[in-house]
Amino acid sequence: MTSLSKTAIACAVSFAAFNAFAETQITIATVNNGHMIEMQKLTPEFEKQYPDIKLKWVTLEEGVLRQNVTQDIANGSGLYDVMTIGMYEAPIWGERGWLEPVDTSGDYDVADILPSIRGGLSYNGTMYAAPFYGESSMVMYRKDLAEKAGVTIGDRDSWEHIRDAAKAMNDPANGVYGICLRGKAGWGDNMAFLSAMANSFGARWFDMDWKPQLTTDAWKNTVSFYVDMMNNYGPPGASGNSFNENLALFNEGKCGMWIDATIAASFVTDPKQSKVADKVGFAQSPYAVTEKGANWLWSWALGIPAATKNAEAAQTFVRWATSKEYIKLVAEHNGWGAVPTGTRTSTYENPAFQKAAVFADAELKAINSANPNDSTLEPSPYVGVQFAAIPEFQAIGTTTGQMISGALSGSLSVDEALESANRSADRQMRQAGYY
Amino acid sequence: MTLTQQRKLKTLLVGLASWTVALLLFFPIFWMFITSFKTELQAISVPPQLFFEPTFENFSIVQERSDYLKHAWNSVVTSFGATLLALIIAIPAAYSMAFFPGKKTKDILLWMLSTKMLPAVGVLVPIYILSRDYGLLDSKLGLVIIFTLMNLPIIVWMLFSYFKDLPKEILEAARMDGATPWDEMVRVVLPLSVGGIASTGLLSIVLCWNEAFWSLNLTASEAAPLTAMIASYSSPEGLFWAKLSAASTLACAPIVIFGWFCQKQLVQGLTFGAVK
Repeated sequence: MTSLSKTAIACAVSFAAFNAFAETQITIATVNNGHMIEMQKLTPEFEKQYPDIKLKWVTLEEGVLRQNVTQDIANGSGLYDVMTIGMYEAPIWGERGWLEPVDTSGDYDVADILPSIRGGLSYNGTMYAAPFYGESSMVMYRKDLAEKAGVTIGDRDSWEHIRDAAKAMNDPANGVYGICLRGKAGWGDNMAFLSAMANSFGARWFDMDWKPQLTTDAWKNTVSFYVDMMNNYGPPGASGNSFNENLALFNEGKCGMWIDATIAASFVTDPKQSKVADKVGFAQSPYAVTEKGANWLWSWALGIPAATKNAEAAQTFVRWATSKEYIKLVAEHNGWGAVPTGTRTSTYENPAFQKAAVFADAELKAINSANPNDSTLEPSPYVGVQFAAIPEFQAIGTTTGQMISGALSGSLSVDEALESANRSADRQMRQAGYY
Repeated sequence: MTLTQQRKLKTLLVGLASWTVALLLFFPIFWMFITSFKTELQAISVPPQLFFEPTFENFSIVQERSDYLKHAWNSVVTSFGATLLALIIAIPAAYSMAFFPGKKTKDILLWMLSTKMLPAVGVLVPIYILSRDYGLLDSKLGLVIIFTLMNLPIIVWMLFSYFKDLPKEILEAARMDGATPWDEMVRVVLPLSVGGIASTGLLSIVLCWNEAFWSLNLTASEAAPLTAMIASYSSPEGLFWAKLSAASTLACAPIVIFGWFCQKQLVQGLTFGAVK
């Protein structure tokens, strides 16, 4: 054997040995939510179970995450192997072939995932992102203040009843406001809440010809009712408030009622961060003329971009992080009250979870009652409860949110705000070629 | 009122105004600093709490969750690297424009400055695609190049102003002694402008350190500097102000200390030259 051959064999053996021990590193983009941070902390557990896969985390602010992952996926950069995306992105990106379908084979138990959540993350029956946690919206209220004011809050109250209850509980002299609702402009901020509220007033974003419907009586009634109620019984500066601002107000004991994401239930009942943890009651969202679409549906989910070079490892991670076993793992570490909710039936059936989470029933009821495929009184061509799953919606929703926020702060009338928003939406839909 | 009394009153009023402006400017930093020692509940309490029992929990959470040293090292490499590269390009450019001006020199200078008026987001997509194609996404080299290009106009302008203020007679004397343009720049202009170059460099470092737009858009896990680390503490669903304040305090600390030591040069850099 020549020295050249020996060298070649040595190189081949070394290469094979190197490959045998090669690790796959996957980069995961996520947001700074409690459940996501917990997942990050459990990295050693995953790496112990799958020693050939290493995880790298990139945590970003929600807006920045959306911008970064959209850039990455649209340009096929392959910077991220797993992305945290929402129910809005999953079907749109799935349709465009930007996402790998989630591997639901074997022991993943896809049938255990709540049907509405699974449907919202799918396109043409294929699931393009696996739900990490899910949420709907519901009423959170102060039982003590309601009792003191002599009002009762129940499931599916009418909006009139909620307004009357807000009036009864409103006590600004003592720093308590009847109702706290989102007012900050943004398709995922005030418009998430207002879209669901508008659904219950019989409104819809688009008719069957994709023409914007923001100047209809249903929208005017919704926004007029909202502006009037917030101006009379809401906190000052409500046009700047979204989830976190209202959470802070509620936890400080300054809100009689707060209608927002069900995930808030775990925060407002946590004595470490809430001054009113033991005084909170829950009820299903109110309605006006229909219960359809009265509460929203959202899920933060894990998707795998088609451009990833580590699809197999990414699938392994996504299946692990969204499995029943992962939920049990979190429970072992932090207790059943801290597990990610809103994804699997088995979680809600677990007696330990039912005992630990006082909000479990209300949350499950809210999620199960939301149907993204049928959320408006009159027929609509889009999927989504608090959004329309089309690429143009982000811009349309945010512009409308800005106008309605202006109406709330008093710089525009309700009619002016909706007419202006409708004109803008009409322009964008024309430019996009819908009609 | 006598003239002396008028002068004293004027000095007092100017002093008061200066202190008011200084306190107003310093207040957000002070508030960020004390918020970093509060619990999340204390951080959002209304009315805001000035006196409270401090906790170091937020700092330990930041330390546990983020690789602070890695982010800080990325900030140091990109800030100093970009400043060095920008100075290497800007010194000869400013020298030639200051001492050998052509007909279009003023136009070129104005054009360079006009590029700073373009919103960065306007060129995000082309820069992103170029970075992807040249393998510069999530790399320190990519950030160094972007930061260099970003600060080059302002550095050239500042250096141009310093060089313009040098007496031409000194250069003429050097030429009489047989110095070439290179000798003039290296042996005469540079030694005479060390203060100006240092203050320009310091300003560039501060601008690079604080840059967030490109850092957030072009990096992921490997090259992310401290600005990206801060952004990771904002949460759409959950209270985060205390932890965000702790992350910000840690990110600001090195550059504040650096600026404290170099404040004389920084003030000189900002009040002397093109941006005076």
